[in-house]
Amino acid sequence: MQNKVDTSATWEELTIGGNIYEAGNARTFKTGDWRSTKPIFVSEKCKQCGICFPVCPENSIPVNKEQKREDFDYDSCKGCGICAKVCPFSAITMS
Amino acid sequence: MSIRERLSGNEAAAVAMKQINPDVVAAFPITPSTEIPQYFSSFVNNGAVDTEFVAVESEHSAMSACIGAEAAGARAMTATSANGLSLMWEMIYIASSLRLPIVMSLVNRAVSGPLNIHNDHSDAMGARDSGWIQLFSENNQEAYDNLIMAHRIAEHKDVLLPLMICQDGFITSHSIENIELIEDSDVKKFVGEYKPEHYLLNYKERIAVGPLDLQTYLFEHKRQQAEAMKNAKDVILNVSKEFEKLTGRKYSLFEEYKLEDADMAIVCMNSTAGTAKYTADILREQGIKAGVLKIRVYRPFPAKEVAEALKNIKAIAVLDKSDSLNASGGALFEDVTSAMYVNKMQNPVINYVYGIGGRDTTEEHIKTVYKDLEEIIKTGDIGNPYRYLGVRGGK
Repeated sequence: MQNKVDTSATWEELTIGGNIYEAGNARTFKTGDWRSTKPIFVSEKCKQCGICFPVCPENSIPVNKEQKREDFDYDSCKGCGICAKVCPFSAITMS
Repeated sequence: MSIRERLSGNEAAAVAMKQINPDVVAAFPITPSTEIPQYFSSFVNNGAVDTEFVAVESEHSAMSACIGAEAAGARAMTATSANGLSLMWEMIYIASSLRLPIVMSLVNRAVSGPLNIHNDHSDAMGARDSGWIQLFSENNQEAYDNLIMAHRIAEHKDVLLPLMICQDGFITSHSIENIELIEDSDVKKFVGEYKPEHYLLNYKERIAVGPLDLQTYLFEHKRQQAEAMKNAKDVILNVSKEFEKLTGRKYSLFEEYKLEDADMAIVCMNSTAGTAKYTADILREQGIKAGVLKIRVYRPFPAKEVAEALKNIKAIAVLDKSDSLNASGGALFEDVTSAMYVNKMQNPVINYVYGIGGRDTTEEHIKTVYKDLEEIIKTGDIGNPYRYLGVRGGK
C-alpha cells in the first residue's frame, strides 16, 4: 500500500489524494517555523511562579515532574509573546 | 431476460439509478435534468430503493453532500444541467482531487447567458479539465447503459475518479424511445457492492481526507490524477466488454460508423451522431463514401485511437456543440487535431460550431458539411477551418 508522506516521496509513493491513514499525526508537523519573534527564557530571573505556562496557547512551555517550567519547545511555539507579557519578573524576553 | 420499455432519457437515467440503488442521492432541480431527481424521489417514497435522498438547497450543496457521503464510504449520485453544474464548480474539483468516484447524470444544456434552457455542450465542455471522466450518450439506451457501467469504471482501484454521463437536454432527455432494460437482479450483480479501501466511517482506521497540500505535494497529487485518467481507458474497455457479455450491446471508446472505406467523416458527440449516421446512409445510397466517428469517451480523450481511426480519411469535419470563443476552434476540434498532429497525420480537418442554445441541426445541415468536405477533397483547399453551421449571417 502507498503510505509514504514526506517531501522525498514520488507521486507513485504518496497516498492517494493526500489522504492520511493514521491519527495523531499533527505532532510530526513542526509549526514553530511560522514564528517571526522568539521568546527567550532567562532562567536566573525565573521564580517558577507558574503564571506563564497556563497562558501559552500552543502548550509550548514544558513543565517537569517537580512542577518547574523548562526551556521553550520551539517546534510548536509561534512567538505570540503572551508569556513575556504576563511574566512579573522579566524572565522571558522577546527577540 | 431483458425488459422492453418506452422511456424518456431522464426516465432511463432515473430507472438506472433505481436499479443501482445508491446509498445517497443529493440533487437540486434544474431544467432539463429536473425529472431525474423527481422520478428518483418517488422511488424513494414508494420504497423501491433504500437510498438516503438529500433535498439540498443548491447544486453547490448537492455536490458537497455527495463528497461527504462518498468520503464517508457511501455510493453517491447526483444529476444536474448547465448553471447547476456551474454552481457546483468549486466542489467538482474537490470531488476529483479527493478521488471520490461520484457518478453524475449531466443533461447537457447551454450555460446562460443570455438565458437559455436548451441543449448544447457548453456545460460539459467547461468541466473537461476538472478531472471527471466524461461519457457521452447518443440516445436513451446509451444514457441508461453508460450509467449502469459508471460505478464499475469510477470505483475501479486504478481509477477512483468521479464520472459524468452526458446526454442531450430535451433532444434525448425528454423524448420517449424504445429501450431495453436489464433485469434488476442482473444490474445488482453487475454493479456490485461498493467496498472502498479507505473511508471516514471506518472506526478501525482513523483517516484524514483533503489535508492542506502546498508546494511540496500538490504537483504529485495532480500527477496521480493524470495517471488515473490514463488508466481509465483500459478500465472502460474492460467494463464495456463485460457489459456486452451481459446485454449484447457493444461499446468502445468511440463508435466508428461506416468509417472503414470512408472518404470523408464527421466527428461529433451525443444525439447529433444519430442525425449524422442517418445522413451518411442517404449519401452512401448516392455512392458518396461518408462516415461518422461518434465520441463516447471524451475524458480521458482517446487521442491515439481517434487518430488511428481517421488515418485514411481524406477530409474530416469536427462538430462542436459549444463555442470555445477562442478564435481557434472548439474543444473537440482541438483535441482531434492535436491527436492527429502528434500521431503525424496531416489530413484536412475543419471545425463547425453548431446547435448552440438548442438550435436544431437537421439532415440538411449535415449534408452541407459533407458537401463542404467533398469540395475540400476535390480542390485540396481547406479555406477557413473555423466555421459555423446553422448560424444566421456570415459563417
